[in-house]
Amino acid sequence: MGSAFMQSGTSSFTEFLATYNPEYLPGRRLAALGATGGTVPLDVPHGTTIVALTFPGGVLMAGDRRATAGNMIAQRDIEKVFPADEYSVVGIAGTAGIAVEMVKLFQVELEHYEKIEGVELSLDGKANRLATMIRGNLGLAMQGLAVVPLFAGYDLETSEGRIFSYDPVGGQYPETNFYSVGSGSVFARGALKKLYRSDLDATGAATAAIQALYDAADDDSATGGPDLARKIYPVIAVVTEEGYRRLPEDEVSVLVHEIVEARYGAPDGPKAPLR
Amino acid sequence: MTTPFYVSPEQLMKDRADYVRKNIARGGSVAVLNYDGGILFVAENRSRVLHKISEIYDRVGFAAAGKYNEFENLRQAGVRLADTRGYLYDRRDVSALGLANAYAQTLGTIFSEAGGKPYEVELIIAEVGDRADQDQIYRLTYDGSVADAHGFVVIGGAADEVSRVLEGSYTEGAHLGAALRTAVAALGRDGAETRELSPTQLEVAVLDRGRKRDRKFRRLVGAQLARLLADEPGADEAAVSDNGNGDTGNADGAAASASAPATGDGGGKSGAKSGASAEQGDILDDIDEVLEDGDDEGGSRD
Repeated sequence: MGSAFMQSGTSSFTEFLATYNPEYLPGRRLAALGATGGTVPLDVPHGTTIVALTFPGGVLMAGDRRATAGNMIAQRDIEKVFPADEYSVVGIAGTAGIAVEMVKLFQVELEHYEKIEGVELSLDGKANRLATMIRGNLGLAMQGLAVVPLFAGYDLETSEGRIFSYDPVGGQYPETNFYSVGSGSVFARGALKKLYRSDLDATGAATAAIQALYDAADDDSATGGPDLARKIYPVIAVVTEEGYRRLPEDEVSVLVHEIVEARYGAPDGPKAPLR
Repeated sequence: MTTPFYVSPEQLMKDRADYVRKNIARGGSVAVLNYDGGILFVAENRSRVLHKISEIYDRVGFAAAGKYNEFENLRQAGVRLADTRGYLYDRRDVSALGLANAYAQTLGTIFSEAGGKPYEVELIIAEVGDRADQDQIYRLTYDGSVADAHGFVVIGGAADEVSRVLEGSYTEGAHLGAALRTAVAALGRDGAETRELSPTQLEVAVLDRGRKRDRKFRRLVGAQLARLLADEPGADEAAVSDNGNGDTGNADGAAASASAPATGDGGGKSGAKSGASAEQGDILDDIDEVLEDGDDEGGSRD
């Protein structure tokens, strides 16, 4: 065992990795090349739309399945919503490669802290750790390879679901009720604004999320709608007091089919009352 | 000028070994044994937060006897090594054998280094496999020797006595409750008289083969532990079914191998919160206790 492993001092895996070998951290590589400014002329895959909304007793996050590289569809069944740990979930928009690496590091970070310290981080602590990681990616964000995650979790102290949003430079903002990120987020948020109510249950929240993603896919070419032919449906995760749970595909399939069926009659989706 | 005394290497190593053995002998013992659903760790430990048994990684658990600050240092080093390996390669590439070898090198170097003091610790590294015949248990001593054990292994002050008892009472493929009672009875016979160990004096954890999520380590605490010890009907089934329902397994995608369903601590998940805050309240008591224990020779040994 190298001396780096034996020298204690931090409960953070990211900090440990930075002393052990900084090259392993996302966001450090281009900085090491000395590149500054300017957009990277690469058409690398980008993740698109993630929505999250709270409901009494928990929070739900859903993501579409499309990744785009320029005008091409890079992947039609990518997953962009991951468990961060037992009580939180993270969804990613932006440069997929860096975002997935960052989520992987974030998952280890939370588990590592829990094992070293013997207790879990608070939900705010987890949200702050994620903000620190995004700040570490600032160099790449300036070159067009930004990562914009959406973080949500069940707060064991206040017994409620909470949502945190981020900007590409690492700003962190607590959100109330619902939020969305990614290229289709404006359309999704507009839909959620009309569909959200505070007394939804988990199934109701899932329905609202699928409707919002449908509307995002309707108007944003980079967001993928439900692919009934290939049976590719949004990834939907729920976090409650019971912990993280990803809705099984057959449950999502039923909801998606109901919604798509209803859209045959009303292509713009459910109507909100005028007043 | 004084002439330095010549000390033969044999004498030097013997002195160090005697010093370590004497100090380890003053502490309690830890038993690790196979049961039909995985690997069981049992330690005599009055503290609920200063653990002798811990999770290292998904399938790998850690048990230690001896000086707390030294084995805690080794435990944290193991967690760092395992997390680094799992992050850079894959979660499946973290193994008990790799960790045992790393620990053996570290302990061997510290033991033979001139100037320093050898670590007063003994360790067990265990890994639960997909099948019972893939389970691995390694025992490491203060000088870096490694032995792989089958069935059961004991470390700590009364390792020989407890092992002798287990040789007579251990049965292969026992259920969790039966294996636990066997181990607790053996740990109580570490001296001239037989002691009854109550749940509050025990630290118990399992690497549970049947657990659905990646992290197989689970502590058995409170009422669940008491029911198992008392051999209440249904206690075994209850302990096995409390296996975590986190449906993280199907969250594949690129980061799936790193999916980290948390709460290594067992018990009901709804109880995790109250448990955590209660633990923090107790930590000062525990530290006091350890300090008192160590008064006689200025060291804290459990």
